[in-house]
Amino acid sequence: MNIESISLSGRKKMVSNKEMTFLEKMYLVAIIKGLFITIKHLFRRKVTIQYPEQVREMSPVYRGQHQLKRDEEGRENCTACGLCALSCPAEAITMKAEERKADEKHLYREEKYASIYEINMLRCIFCGLCEEACPKDAIYLTTSKVLVPASYEREDFIFGKDKLVMPLDVAIRNAQLKNAN
Amino acid sequence: MIDSTIIIEKSVIIVAVFAITMVMAMYSTLAERKIAAWLQDRIGPNRAGKGGILQPLADGLKLFSKEEFEPNTPNRFLFFVGPAIAMSTALMTSAVIPWGDKLHLFGRDIILQATDIDVALLYIFGVVSVGVYGIMIGGWASNNKFSLMGAVRAASQMVSYEVAMGLSMIALLMMTGTLSLREISAQQAGMNWNVFYQPVSFLIFLICAFAETNRTPFDLAECESELIGGYHTEYSSMKMGFYLFAEYANMFISSTILAVLFFGGYNYPGMSWAVENWGVNSANVIGIVVLFSKICGFIFFYMWVRWTIPRFRYDQLMHLGWRILIPLSIVNIIITGIVILRHDIMVYLGL
Repeated sequence: MNIESISLSGRKKMVSNKEMTFLEKMYLVAIIKGLFITIKHLFRRKVTIQYPEQVREMSPVYRGQHQLKRDEEGRENCTACGLCALSCPAEAITMKAEERKADEKHLYREEKYASIYEINMLRCIFCGLCEEACPKDAIYLTTSKVLVPASYEREDFIFGKDKLVMPLDVAIRNAQLKNAN
Repeated sequence: MIDSTIIIEKSVIIVAVFAITMVMAMYSTLAERKIAAWLQDRIGPNRAGKGGILQPLADGLKLFSKEEFEPNTPNRFLFFVGPAIAMSTALMTSAVIPWGDKLHLFGRDIILQATDIDVALLYIFGVVSVGVYGIMIGGWASNNKFSLMGAVRAASQMVSYEVAMGLSMIALLMMTGTLSLREISAQQAGMNWNVFYQPVSFLIFLICAFAETNRTPFDLAECESELIGGYHTEYSSMKMGFYLFAEYANMFISSTILAVLFFGGYNYPGMSWAVENWGVNSANVIGIVVLFSKICGFIFFYMWVRWTIPRFRYDQLMHLGWRILIPLSIVNIIITGIVILRHDIMVYLGL
């Protein structure tokens, strides 16, 4: 079989530069055909989403704002191992590790924790590789639709633990829900 | 002595026609946006009022509240005159349109026409050609090269297509034998619409009407992609509104002329039966409704074509006008003449 006549997609169309016939030159037939194509669209289902009332459904793999998880007892999972920072292709994550004191056992799950954990939201590309890299189930990209709010200061886009760690009451509620089930 | 009631009667008709033209032009803007949206699988403006019914008012209000900008032009007077001419010529043509046959009210026959002059068609052509001046003067006085380009394009396009338009009309006039729109309407009683007798003439007239109203595919005078806004680039606020409004009023008028000349005007099948059985008034009210539905059909067609056919290149436009439509309409005149005089020709040839 000739390579030029193969059409893998089945949509291949041969074009030619042949002279148009008189009827084709009048364009009237083509115009009427075109008019029928456009009138068909008049009766099509409209694709508009009327935004404030209707909201487009998010993709099931949507990745939103990051969150540092707490366990069922409300202790932070993160051990500041740095794998997320290592995996981050955008160099967005930085952290500082600290040893847990004896009276902080209710705050951090393991002996080491992140005293500073920062994500630069101007660098982050929401790829989710940090989530994949985390061995402690600590960092997750939530399905939250609230994206990074606008600001005039670059510093405002560096999210610290105050914005990233899961709120305590949410952790408690999650634990209660789990116990109930 | 002139009957004083005729002044009242005509005044009422003139005001009504004026109001209807304005309302139709207003709602054509909404229809344009709606139909554009529908043909592109969108919904269109639907926030102002129910289903967007108040959108034209909102648009008008917006235009009024815009800054009245004037370019630094040496022809300040002409800059003002431009939109005024465009607007007034657009509104003047509706004077000779027969909106219906007649109504019988207060013991008198009221002719549903502002004035029935016997050169109505000539009058329309005259007024429409003056409309070019509105665009030309506006574009010239703007002191801007884009405006000037748009104006030059508009002028040469409209002048070119007027020739073909007039020639296509001649074939029709040879058949009707009158220039009065009222008589032309009356001749098309029932289904004797001129479009069935003069399809080529109709086609040429339709194409020329698109060109005369500067609608796509002939909107080279204001093509956004090349000339920003064409002749109204420098206009703002309500002067700009006048130009836009004049365009839509022109579209309404040319739809009306198409309906009256070729699609039987207010006539509908069974009109004479309706006059006998339901009375003159109800039959003619139906006639007015029929005429307006024909007009709306043509306006829809204008918008439908706008979203179907891309804009012509300028040389293609001139080629179509001068080398196709004009010879075609001359051939049409000759054929019409032969058909009208077929008996005489037969006798002359001794057949």
